[in-house]
Amino acid sequence: MQKIPNPFKSFFSGRLAVIAIPYVWLLLFFILPFIFVLKISLAEPIMAIPPYTSLLNWGDSWIPSIQASLESYLFLFSDSLYIKAYLSSLKIAIISTILTLIIGYSIAYSVARAPTRWRGILLMLVILPFWTSFLIRVYAWIGILKTEGLLNLALMSIGIIDKPLTIMNTDLAVYIGIVYSYLPFMILPLYANLEKMDMSLLEAAADLGCRPFKTFWTVTVPLSLPGILAGCFLVFIPVMGEFVIPDLLGGSETLMIGKVLWTEFFYNRDWPVASAVAIILLAILVVPIMLYQRSQEKAIS
Amino acid sequence: MKKFGNFNIVALVIGFSFLYIPIILLILFSFNESRLVTVWGGFSTKWYGELMQNQGLKDAAWVTIKVAFVSSTVATILGTIAGLVMTRFGNFRGRTLFSGMIYAPMVMPEVIIGLSTLLMFVALAVDRGVFTVTLAHITFSMCYVAVVIQSRMSSYDDSITEAALDLGCTPFRTFILITLPIILPAVVAGWLLSFTLSLDDLVIASFTSGPGSTTLPMKIYSMVRLGVTPEINAVSTILVGLVTLGVISASIIGRRQKQNVIKV
Repeated sequence: MQKIPNPFKSFFSGRLAVIAIPYVWLLLFFILPFIFVLKISLAEPIMAIPPYTSLLNWGDSWIPSIQASLESYLFLFSDSLYIKAYLSSLKIAIISTILTLIIGYSIAYSVARAPTRWRGILLMLVILPFWTSFLIRVYAWIGILKTEGLLNLALMSIGIIDKPLTIMNTDLAVYIGIVYSYLPFMILPLYANLEKMDMSLLEAAADLGCRPFKTFWTVTVPLSLPGILAGCFLVFIPVMGEFVIPDLLGGSETLMIGKVLWTEFFYNRDWPVASAVAIILLAILVVPIMLYQRSQEKAIS
Repeated sequence: MKKFGNFNIVALVIGFSFLYIPIILLILFSFNESRLVTVWGGFSTKWYGELMQNQGLKDAAWVTIKVAFVSSTVATILGTIAGLVMTRFGNFRGRTLFSGMIYAPMVMPEVIIGLSTLLMFVALAVDRGVFTVTLAHITFSMCYVAVVIQSRMSSYDDSITEAALDLGCTPFRTFILITLPIILPAVVAGWLLSFTLSLDDLVIASFTSGPGSTTLPMKIYSMVRLGVTPEINAVSTILVGLVTLGVISASIIGRRQKQNVIKV
């Protein structure tokens, strides 16, 4: 294995070819599309198929004239709807990440501290909903949360409330939906981290007279920070662009940018504005995504 | 194990109730005689019979299965290669970009992936249909497979591969004869994961599909928008049942594989 690499030999031995197969695929189908989004975000909408002007105008000359327009971006900043939608997505993503972290941490911690023979089955119970359709899990909540739904029926029959609560089509329903759908994404990295934790450190703290509560905050939590970070990124980043949950559970006043993008694209057929919405969302998320990538690479190595 | 106190039991009971009660209620009400999803009118399987009459739903299911089968198979091949490249190819030029392209699609909001993939297909004048949905599914599924393979390779013993190479086995044969059989459970898990991811996807499929390639989640979504009905509960129950069966059998295969290794 210590041979001096010969560039020609390694080329013909196929090393490069093996790297190139997934590399080229991802460049073609993941990176290249963003260039088209950027391009179309600089075009103007027209009534045609496809519904945008072309950026390069060939005309008669050899050199094309470029017709870039920042109109879509200016439009995003002139209409307060879009800025509000970004801010509201940010708020919903941050609050729901914190809620998911609190609930997910208690579950992951309890699974990791459960007797060894239970852990396999408990972990499987966490993973199972993760494999079940997202759409179906969100749909399941509609029957529970709506005005004449099961939650109101149950609460009224016990006599806790006498008028049905309005939860469906509010932000509260969106939070419930997000926490529910993204919980496994939070639990899995936390569990992986907590399960590996060196228990002798906790015993040492206890032996030295540290109270369990303090041990938790000063030893367990700092040691599980990589798991916390990974879990939070896995929830925060996709929730920022979430569409299905605000669409099915949220109301008309629930503003989220994923829903705005969907509306611009499918209902208004304004592709340049939809592209500009995507580009700005991407710009907001690029740093969290890079931090997530770095944390994952650190965890592997 | 010590320190498994009341708090832990309460957390697990509440946590798992939260995770499972909605799904259990969903399944329960698929067997409801009444059309109302919230009032129990007696046991009945009539909604399953009704499903069989729904041609649109059956067509969508068939499209979805085809897309899921092809995309998960291709994604498993590409993802396995990508996972090996990430763990066994050392540092090569462009490695950071490569790992970025593996991790980013897993967290990237689906609306962005869907929109960008679609805009590329439109700009390149590729007709939208089953083919384009499949391409889009391969792309995000292969990243999940790559991560599954990558984590499997972190506990992989390189000395056996080295022994084969030292004895004159070609890298390709070594992979087929040595590495692949060892990591097979992870490859199968990756395939199953891609299959369910493709089966589940609504957002990316909505962007990249064309006329005649409506997938099951798209069909369910359009039904959900019209209201909650026992038929949707019935379709959902079938899907949940299939996925549960798949996950349980995959975990049994994995466990048996482990036992065999220990016996050897």
